[in-house]
This record gives sequence, C-alpha cells and structure tokens, in this order.
Amino acid sequence: MRLVRHLPVTTLAAAIAVAGQAQAQTEITVATVNNNDMVIMQSLTDAFEQAHPDITLDWVVLEENVLRQRMTTDIATGGGQFDVMTIGTYEVPIWAERGWLEPLDSLPDDYNEDDLLASVRDGLSLDGTLHALPFYAESSMMYYRTDLFEQAGIEMPEQPTWAQVRDWAEQLHGSEEGLAGICLRGKPGWGENMAFVSTLVNTFGGRWFDEQWNPELNSEAWNNAISFYVDLLSNYGPPGASSNGFNENLALFSRGNCAMWVDATSAAGKLYDESESDVVGTLGFAPAPIAETPKGSHWLWSWALAIPASSEHKEAAQEFITWATSEEYIELVGETNGWTSVPPGTRESTYANEQYTSAAPFAGFVLNAIKEADPTDSSLEPNPYVGVQFVGIPEFQSIGTQVGQTIAAALTGDTSVEQALDSAQRATERTMQRAGYIER
Amino acid sequence: MTTHRNSAPAHTRSLPVRQLVLTLLGWSIALIIFFPILWMVLTGFKTETAAIADPSFLFSPTLESYQEVQARSGYARFALNSIAVAFGSTFLALLIAIPSAYAMAFLPTKRTKGTLLWMLSTKMLPPVGVLVPIYLIFRDVGLLDTRTGLIIIYTLMNLPIVVWMLYTFFKDMPKDILEAGRMDGASTLQEVFFLLLPLTLPGIASTGLLSVILSWNEAFWSLNLTSSKAAPLTAYIASFSSPEGLFWAKLSAASTMAIAPILILGWMTQKQMVRGLTFGAVK
Repeated sequence: MRLVRHLPVTTLAAAIAVAGQAQAQTEITVATVNNNDMVIMQSLTDAFEQAHPDITLDWVVLEENVLRQRMTTDIATGGGQFDVMTIGTYEVPIWAERGWLEPLDSLPDDYNEDDLLASVRDGLSLDGTLHALPFYAESSMMYYRTDLFEQAGIEMPEQPTWAQVRDWAEQLHGSEEGLAGICLRGKPGWGENMAFVSTLVNTFGGRWFDEQWNPELNSEAWNNAISFYVDLLSNYGPPGASSNGFNENLALFSRGNCAMWVDATSAAGKLYDESESDVVGTLGFAPAPIAETPKGSHWLWSWALAIPASSEHKEAAQEFITWATSEEYIELVGETNGWTSVPPGTRESTYANEQYTSAAPFAGFVLNAIKEADPTDSSLEPNPYVGVQFVGIPEFQSIGTQVGQTIAAALTGDTSVEQALDSAQRATERTMQRAGYIER
Repeated sequence: MTTHRNSAPAHTRSLPVRQLVLTLLGWSIALIIFFPILWMVLTGFKTETAAIADPSFLFSPTLESYQEVQARSGYARFALNSIAVAFGSTFLALLIAIPSAYAMAFLPTKRTKGTLLWMLSTKMLPPVGVLVPIYLIFRDVGLLDTRTGLIIIYTLMNLPIVVWMLYTFFKDMPKDILEAGRMDGASTLQEVFFLLLPLTLPGIASTGLLSVILSWNEAFWSLNLTSSKAAPLTAYIASFSSPEGLFWAKLSAASTMAIAPILILGWMTQKQMVRGLTFGAVK
C-alpha cells in the first residue's frame, strides 16, 4: 500500500531526474554528403560522444545539390535546423561575406591551426579569419596504367604536357579491347566538366574574365583548349564521354578501361583499394599535364565543416568540428580504418607521418599539387577572381553549368566549338550585365 | 444450319487470336511501365562496379549493398516516419474531405463547381514557389523537422484530389437510398455513417490508398522541411547519392527497401483499388 501511495512521487522524481539529464545533453545536427570520408566520420560518432559525454550527434546525409539548397534555405531564413554544415571552398568565402557563417577566431590552442596547409586555410578564410575547418582537400593529377606504358615503351616524364598526352592517347587507344586512350570529365555541371575544363583553359593561357570582369570565353586560348579537349575526347575517349563525371570515370579506370585519366587526387585512395579496383598493381600517377603555362593546371578544392550563424549550439558545434578536423581524428581513422583512408590534404602533420606516407605512395604528389595550386593566381594573365577551377562569385554556379552544357554539346558534335563558345560568351555577358559587374 | 455451323468455328478461331494480341499488348505495356522498377531491384543485387558497367541481365547476385545500407543508417526510423506521415495525413484528409464532398454532392449550390475547380487549381502551383513562406511559418510555430508539420503539409497537398475523388463517388450513389434513410428518421450523421460510408467504402478505400501512395512518394517537402527527426524514406534514399564515390547499387538497394512496404500494400489491396477506381463507371 505504502509503495502504491509513494509511486506518483517516485515517478515524478525519476521524471525530473531524466529531464535534467536530457537538458544537460546538447544535441547537434550535422549536415553532410555521402562521400567515403564522411561515412567514416559518421561511423566514428561513438568515439566523439564518449570523449564528449555532454554532446550527442544527429546526422543528416543528403545529395550534394539538395544539401546545398537545403542549407541555403535554412541559413537565409534563420531556420536553425543545422549546427554543422559540410560545404566547399566555393561557398565558404561567399557565405562568410554574407554573415551566414560563424567566424572561427577562437580555436583552442591544441587545435594547432598553423599545421593546416596554407593554401587550404586561405581558401576557407575571409579577411584572414577562418570560417570553416578543412575536413579533406584535393587537387587534380594524372593517373595512368604503368603496364600499358611499359608495353608501348613510353616513359612518363616528371611533368607531362598535353601534347604528349594526346600522342600517348592516340598510341594506346584500342590497344586492348574496350580500352580508351584517355578518360576525362564530360558530364555538364560547374563542379563536373567545368572543374576540369577550367584547369585546361588555365594551362592553355586562358581565363574566365579579364580584370574588368568581361568574359573571355571566345578568346583564342579558350578556343584552343576546347578544340583540343573535344578532339582528344571524341577520338580517344570512351564511348558516351559526355555523360561521364567523376564517378563514371572512376568506375571505368578502376576496371582497366582507360589508359590515362586526369581527375581529383581523392580518387587515389579508391584506386588503391583492392575491393573496388582492378588496377592496384599497375597504377601510376603524375602531375596534371600542362600546356602554355603551369599556372592553374591543377585545381584546389576542400570539403570543410562550418557553423551556420543560425545555429543555437555554436559551442558544441565548434567542439565537434575541431575534433573532426584535428590531428587526433586523423590518427583515429588511421588506426581504425587503415592509413589510406585518412582524410588527406589538410595538415602538414599527416604528411610527416611515416605510417601514412608508406601506406599511400601518392601522398607526396598530392601534397605538392595542393601546395602549388594558387587560387589567387590561377591564369597566365591577371584575373579579378579567386579560384582555380571555379570563379568565386555567387553567379558562377549558373554560369558554369550553362557553359558546361554548351561545351558538352560541342563534345557530342551537336554544335561546333566556335558556336558553343560564342553562345557561352553571350550568355555569360548577359548574366554579368544583369548582376551589375559590367555595363549593359 | 450448315452456314451457322461453319461460321461458328471461324468466330471462335478469331477470338483467341485477338485475345492473344491484346494480352500480349497488355503485358508489353505493363512490362515497359514496370521495367525501371525491375532494373532498380536487379541493380540492388549487383556490386558497385557491375552496377555502373554496361547494362546486363547476367551477373552474380550479391547482398553486399543491402548489408552496407543496413549497417549505415537506421532504416526503421525513416520507415516509421513514412508510415506515420502517410497514414496520418490520409486519415486527416479523409476526415476533412468526407463532410465537404458530402455537402458538395448532396447539397450543391451554384458555386459548387467553381469551388471544386478552385480547389484543384491549388495543385497547379509549383511547390517551390511557396517554399520560403511555408518554411518561415514552420520555423515560427516550431513545426520544422516534425511529423506533425509533414502531416499538415501532405494533408493540404492531397486534399483537393481526395475531395474530388470522393465527390465523384458520392455523386454516383443513388440519392433514393439516402432519402429512404431520412424517411425512416435517420439524422445526417446516421445517414453518413450507416448508409453513405458503407455503400461507398470501395471508393473511400481507393481514395485513401492513393493518398497514402502520394504521401509516401513525396520528396520535395520532406527533403526541405525535415532534417533528422522526422525525415521519411525519401530522405533516406537521397542520403545514398554521392558526388565522389560509386553509389548506384546502394541507392537501388535503399530504394527497393523504401518502396517495398507500399508495393506490398498495393499488391494486397489491388482488388479493392481496381474496384474503387472503376466504381460507378458502369451502371
């Protein structure tokens, strides 16, 4: 009887205790994409929560474009749905300038900010203040099949040129059944074909805009670069190259269907993974080829973790992003998932770690490529923008995608290169006029 | 007699040929419609590299993708959200639509037709046009990332179609039966519950099913208004796409798991659905 009488009181006390505990817990929502490195981060949730018992992590994983749109809506309306966002080098300075991202000017001392690679850190800063922390970074480089090169008696120089690449592609194309001389991105999109095409234009001596923001898409350098690209890919590329993006080319190269491939350095880890790749034993790599100038011949991109200004749990969010981008995290991934799986390209200490450099023979190349890529000086002639494979202005997403579509049309033979570039030039001029960069 | 006897076999001979052609045509159309789903199910049993290789029916099936999809995210949480939201919104929509369709079918005014058309016109607006206002309202009333929020949106989204369908079913019901009930002293509520609803049940069931399916498959609002807690299966599928990495097999496995419950429900209730959709078609 006594127990029954006391039951409500006991229950109430227990409920208060549970509620109190729940209040002490801060739940942060992390929005991210489904890349391998992010999947690993998600799988290490327990490790973070054990080290930070007062914080729990809630994950939202979305398709890249959906995520970008979702995050933009949320920040612009102050929705506060996310505490940590995964964004790229392109968005960080633009969003930071609009006051959408929390400046990260009070990072803990043990975070060792100076250990971050300078080019990567600069890409995520506005006026010298970091607005996002780099999770992993990449540049671009060339992958090739060493067995085919040996058979054909070709020796890879320290720095290949595009003219050499064309000769090799011609020589190797079709030498095995279903073998393409070269695989390159053809799928339209500012982050797909235009990432590669922009580096090609840079090294052919072109630029997106002159110093007064006038587009230069029908210049001689663009024409040379795009004519070269269309000729190379339509003669020595795989069938249906205009629908191949990073993923499709990764599949082709890892099945042994390409003699050469120029793309993101982040593919190296996947190509060295025996469960996914048939070319582990015959994989060679070289710097991205150059033509007129080495400037801007390889890109710089990083996936970074940022805290939106609308977050209500900024302190806990900072705890998390400093953990996920720390030396300690990189060590943890190396130990739990193997050293080829660590997020590359962010810290000097990663490349000083012998366990990593011996497990990942491509490490030195990647480090050099990232260090050499200079987003503030990416073309032969001076330009007004920041970015190697993109132009750091909000209008670039639509410009890049539109130009990407016209170039894909030239690749499929629907239009000539001249027509494609003329129409791209007109469309870009209109966008730049409407946005007020140039006069009508 | 002879003529008749001669013509009869000719008649029966032509019938099977015609039937055969029609059956073949029916099956071909069904196969074309079903093919993307079949391909998705098959892709779910391939490896990632086989999924992206040249299309082929010949491959050694593997459960690799299903295992990975299972290991990586809580399917059950997303599925529960889908069930709650799809059935919750359908229940709410029927609750509102039955009285309004009753009023429009049995007590029409000169503006009934106009009202019906106006209701349907709300479906003509692209949803993205009202995203920001709805997002702001949801933010202010605390409905972002809640099942209640999605139930409200889906109810509003499906209401015009539900009212329209119920209206046509109710209209086809003979008025005399209701009048007979009224003569026997039935109140309006009794009339609805004991006469109208039992008699139009196949129609109501198929309307409800359609509403469940539409809510289950809806992706725009669910992706934009939820983040982690109320995210349904459409968000679960979206999480398997990757900008850097192969994902077709995993995406197909996740999609197969996402449509499985609604496919089974559709299979189990196909008789009612067909009966409901053709209800009143032939008098």
